[in-house]
Amino acid sequence: MVELAGRPPASSEGYRRSHDWRRRLPERIIGFSLLLCASASILTTVGIVSVLIFEAAHFFGQVSIFEYLGGTRWTPLFASKQFGVLALLAGTILTAGGSMVVALPLGVLSAIYLSEYAHDGVRRVCKPILEVLAGIPTVVYGYFALLFVTPLIRGISENVAVFNGISASIVMGIMILPMVSSLSEDAMRAVPRSLREGAYALGSTKLEVSTRVVIPAALSGIVASFILAASRAIGETMIVTIAAGQNPTFTLNPFIPIETMTAYIVQVSQGDTPTGTLEYQTIFAVALSLFVITLGMNSLSQFFVRRFREVYQ
Amino acid sequence: MQPSEPILQTKNLNVYYGAKRVVTDVTLDFVRNRITAIIGPSGCGKSTLLRCFNRMNDLIPSATITGQVLFEGQDLYAPDVDPTEIRYQIGMVFQRPNPFPKTIFDNVAFGPRINGFRGDLPELVEMSLRRTALWEEVKDRLKTSALALSGGQQQRLCIARALAVEPKVILMDEPCSSLDPIATLAVEDLMRELSQDYSIVIVTHNMQQAARVSDQTAFLMASQERIGELIEFGESRQIFTNPQDERTEAYITGRFG
Repeated sequence: MVELAGRPPASSEGYRRSHDWRRRLPERIIGFSLLLCASASILTTVGIVSVLIFEAAHFFGQVSIFEYLGGTRWTPLFASKQFGVLALLAGTILTAGGSMVVALPLGVLSAIYLSEYAHDGVRRVCKPILEVLAGIPTVVYGYFALLFVTPLIRGISENVAVFNGISASIVMGIMILPMVSSLSEDAMRAVPRSLREGAYALGSTKLEVSTRVVIPAALSGIVASFILAASRAIGETMIVTIAAGQNPTFTLNPFIPIETMTAYIVQVSQGDTPTGTLEYQTIFAVALSLFVITLGMNSLSQFFVRRFREVYQ
Repeated sequence: MQPSEPILQTKNLNVYYGAKRVVTDVTLDFVRNRITAIIGPSGCGKSTLLRCFNRMNDLIPSATITGQVLFEGQDLYAPDVDPTEIRYQIGMVFQRPNPFPKTIFDNVAFGPRINGFRGDLPELVEMSLRRTALWEEVKDRLKTSALALSGGQQQRLCIARALAVEPKVILMDEPCSSLDPIATLAVEDLMRELSQDYSIVIVTHNMQQAARVSDQTAFLMASQERIGELIEFGESRQIFTNPQDERTEAYITGRFG
């Protein structure tokens, strides 16, 4: 170390020594404990993924991956077992897709309203209320779908089954709505005021400013919110278990009973399937597939945010 | 229409943010095809005054005005006036370059497109870019992002964007404050050239700049209660060489501000 000129060496020496261990040791302990906290979630993830892979490997030891990915009938709990995950995947895609059809337009339009049109007072009231939707337990949504939305739909047409995809889709769309609207609104409000002023100064109306400047500039955040909401819908369990049925069907018909991947996992875990059996291992194969899908979606969302983020001064 | 007829006028204009008055009793005439500078120390309300001319203050919910702002004799704040129509005729360039995160072409074409321009858009874009001496620099990369341009180029692009809707007046709010001296010089030359066809109002706190480019100068200053008022208005030559008010003299000789 270089001694600074003009500083008395003795006192600076004593100062530095006490400074060293009394402050550095706690600092190291703290650093280490923080690392432990941080690794808790990482270790959990690693643990979950290894269990999934381990059990799924057993499953794929007995069932060909081609049958699993290519088959359209899913009957592992019956005597004549068939393992075509497409039947479950169709249910998941139907309900998640349906919920996006509800959540995307509503979410983006409410985000435009909150970010561009609403007065401060309105926004201060509306936004928390919208976000309360995210705090409602999903089991409540599930029964809301089954006991309120389904009778409404059946009131329109008798041909709709009691358990169906459309009711679950609508309610799930409402559930993920705050995610789309809130994240999109954050992205829109992050667009610099100067861009809005630039557009207004050229004679734009509020609608033109919103659609031609704010939305394009906030697109990366908006798309990321879509993808996050979609992966939330894909992983959502309670609503689809309660309202969509337990009848794996390779269909995109929203009016008949279906079963999603998540609902199947619930069905098996609730039953008395003995551990270690092939039936039991199916849920790990399904769970691993779900995990791969949502991981893919989240990575896609990250990619979008990075790739399309505009850098402002 | 005589060339000396004022294109913009304010009559006893007061601007308020909520209950607070920020600009008081400004009566000014802006002459057609001249450059008028509004100078004054920070916080004297010069930007606020400028933003009355294209009703930009409408975007601030608490802002209100009393008095009149006339554009070619028409009251800009009359109830039947659509602010978007006003902004189509009175363009604005901001303190910091604010190109949209779009291509260079789309930036210039933005105004004409929203205003339903039906002519030859590429030609209009080229013309606007030529007017700001940017064409030669960007003609080969019109389809690339405007954010890749340098600060000075971005500001000239913003001027080109404003010109593309063919306004009659261009308001400039400290257009060179974030530019280096060379880019500043380019923008000042451009302003001199544009004043052949446009009336320009420029807010600046750079007195040399006001003296260099403007024909007329208005000096604003905030009172003790921080209410901006017009101290002196006249030909720039007279303001900068022989100011009538001692506060103007104090400001331009650098004794405060």
